[in-house]
Amino acid sequence: MLNKNIYLILIISLVFAISFWIGFNVNLLPAEASINAPIYDELFKILFIIGLIIFIGMTIAVIYSLFNFRKKNDQIGDGIALEGNLRLEIVWTIIPSIIVLLIGLYSYNIYDRMGGMKELNHNHEMMSSNPDKIWAGISQTSDNEISKNNLSIEVSAMQFAFLFNYPKGNFITGELHVPVDKKVSMKMESKDVIHAFWVPEFRIKQDIIPGQPTILNFTPTKVGKYSIICAELCGPYHGGMRASIIVEEESDYNDWFNKNKKTEVNL
Amino acid sequence: MTISIDPQKTNNDSLQPKGWLRYFSFSLDHKVIGIQYLVCGFLFYLIGGTLASAIRIELASPMSDFMPRDVYNQVLTLHGTIMIFLWIVPVVNGAFGNYLIPFYVGARDMAFPRLNAVAFWLIPPSGLMLVASYFVEGAAQAGWTAYPPLSITTPQSGQIIWILSVLLLGGSSIFGGINFIATIIKLRRPGLKLMQLPMYCWAMLGTSLLVVLSTPVLAGTLILLSFDIIANTGFFNPVLGGNVVVYQHLFWFYSHPAVYIMVLPAFGLVSEILPVHARKPLFGYTTMVFSIMGIVVLGLVVWAHHMFTSGTPPWMRLFFTIATAFIAVPTGIKFFNWVATLWGGKISINSAMLFSCGFIINFVFGGITGVALAQVPFDIHVHDTYFVVAHFHYIVYGGTVFIIFSSIYHWFPKVTGKMLNEKLGILHFIITFIGFNLCFAPQHWLGLNGMPRRVAEYDPQFQFVNQISSLGALLMAISTIPFLINVFLSLRNGKDAGDNPWNALTPEWLTSSPPPVENWEGEAPLVEEPYGYGKQFCEQK
Repeated sequence: MLNKNIYLILIISLVFAISFWIGFNVNLLPAEASINAPIYDELFKILFIIGLIIFIGMTIAVIYSLFNFRKKNDQIGDGIALEGNLRLEIVWTIIPSIIVLLIGLYSYNIYDRMGGMKELNHNHEMMSSNPDKIWAGISQTSDNEISKNNLSIEVSAMQFAFLFNYPKGNFITGELHVPVDKKVSMKMESKDVIHAFWVPEFRIKQDIIPGQPTILNFTPTKVGKYSIICAELCGPYHGGMRASIIVEEESDYNDWFNKNKKTEVNL
Repeated sequence: MTISIDPQKTNNDSLQPKGWLRYFSFSLDHKVIGIQYLVCGFLFYLIGGTLASAIRIELASPMSDFMPRDVYNQVLTLHGTIMIFLWIVPVVNGAFGNYLIPFYVGARDMAFPRLNAVAFWLIPPSGLMLVASYFVEGAAQAGWTAYPPLSITTPQSGQIIWILSVLLLGGSSIFGGINFIATIIKLRRPGLKLMQLPMYCWAMLGTSLLVVLSTPVLAGTLILLSFDIIANTGFFNPVLGGNVVVYQHLFWFYSHPAVYIMVLPAFGLVSEILPVHARKPLFGYTTMVFSIMGIVVLGLVVWAHHMFTSGTPPWMRLFFTIATAFIAVPTGIKFFNWVATLWGGKISINSAMLFSCGFIINFVFGGITGVALAQVPFDIHVHDTYFVVAHFHYIVYGGTVFIIFSSIYHWFPKVTGKMLNEKLGILHFIITFIGFNLCFAPQHWLGLNGMPRRVAEYDPQFQFVNQISSLGALLMAISTIPFLINVFLSLRNGKDAGDNPWNALTPEWLTSSPPPVENWEGEAPLVEEPYGYGKQFCEQK
């Protein structure tokens, strides 16, 4: 009996060790290029390790049963008539409940750190029929905040392209340029069907919906060129609906901005 | 002593064709209808599988070069619709439900035999109509979700035929659901208590409740969508002031429970198969019943987790995260109980057992990615990517389809009186298991690294992993060959099965193989302990 328990403890610790090793050493995610990304990857790592422990544990249990309890050639008759064990049932109801609850609270915390739980200033309007209602995206800020501190950009999506309007510079581009380490606020609206704005390196995604503006904020942290991918089926050329986002140093961005800026034409 | 004979019943019997012909007739026998469901579903599975192969061929190269882009969207729409509405739902509910439920409750047929036949005969025409819509003006191409405004702006005839077909299939499903509820509640043999029913009855009771509560919502939604398309109304059309997000809420109010409509019966079937081949009682019967009902209740309040990147307010995202993650608890209980059923048994390692154990391993994997996907911040990155595609194929293929095959190996001797060949069966399992995991496991990585779903072209950096996935799909296609050979060979000259080849205790094994028209020659047996393996009274058998 003692011997059996030692084996059990050994196997469980081995499963934990393997899961932690894989969790910390196998990277399944693309580069991290926004403030959100490291927060996301922290959540991913924890879910990955917990998932591995459960998956490896269950797989071992199934394969072990198949080998150890298989019917030998000379055996006849049935196994033991064990119909249940209340204590075990309670254990494997309560432990998973606690794990699930903790994961839920933890991901709430992660979501909050990403800015997802921030309240909109005009929250009550979401229920009204105000045509200018804004639906929550991740990291939303209020309208006031957008105009004050951040680089604000208006995104319009159509079959099969993204257009980026820089209101301060009064110009529209098909390639998104943003300065590094500065918060970008985007108000997005679709001209035809539902699209989605996804940058895998930023770990953010928000649908772009016709008739309902959505908001998406992010702060890039790494200079480089990334893909903006449409993630919602939008028609035959959905797979080709991509744009580039170029994250550059503030000075490079300013040069680019000033080159494209249009002064208003007085009529 | 009078023997009462229902004149209508005898009349019907004489009118029913005998032998093979009865499978092509409007038969009222629940066993015939069950087989009709199964074979019809399998034919559509072959069509859906051919479409899946076309998708994997297209994705073997990063460019869109195998078929035109709009045809690709039609193919993926039809693949999803056929696999869900014409293969998995009719087979795990209709086929096995019809065949087994009357045996399990000790009845001679379903509560409403005529409604039962109507429910089946709605399926072939609507399926053929769906497939034929390709030749009209092109089939529907807005995905099986048919989100407006895309479904309103793509060619109309295909979309309308799609809606009509799904409405008919939904109707068939509702008729079936009502019939199962009535049969389980009202047709139980005197003396048989609810808590003595085999677990598949509980699974079908829960599933049928979900069908009856949620399918009408889908029907209503699709009717409104068809008004938008035909009559230019503005329920979901943003140009006319409609709201596209409302459609998503209504659609997922059915389509998330639909996942449980597809997996709960599989949970029931595996609960029948494992105890027989492990020679042990089902572990924790009562908790299994409660966890099925827990899944039914929770399953109705989690739909918005499909919409975390749509316009949903923060509080709603939080509520649906927690509700969704909690489904893992009753589901987990079931898996622990199945492993405990295996533990200490005398396990026969045969095809039915292997497919069931493959199901446990695959489904645990899919369940774990499911809990991860329920977390809003996690989902925001991988929503609508190949990660999700991989996840739900682990649930519906690695889960339910594995159990469909397991069940075919388990009940084939009862239905035909012949045994299936075990060597071919194990070969079938090995190719399916390797092919399935090779096809779908790499897709998790694709999704995490930036490949969205439903695309005909993709970033060339993903080519290698996509080719591995396509190779897996090829193996899955090949795996049906040994299966089909096995079925046809065994039908012709398989070993005689006898009435009860597995020495099982559930009521369908206590009659001849194949069973007589009214299931038992005499009175239906009273089976109070369907899982009484290892107890005194069954040692005598």
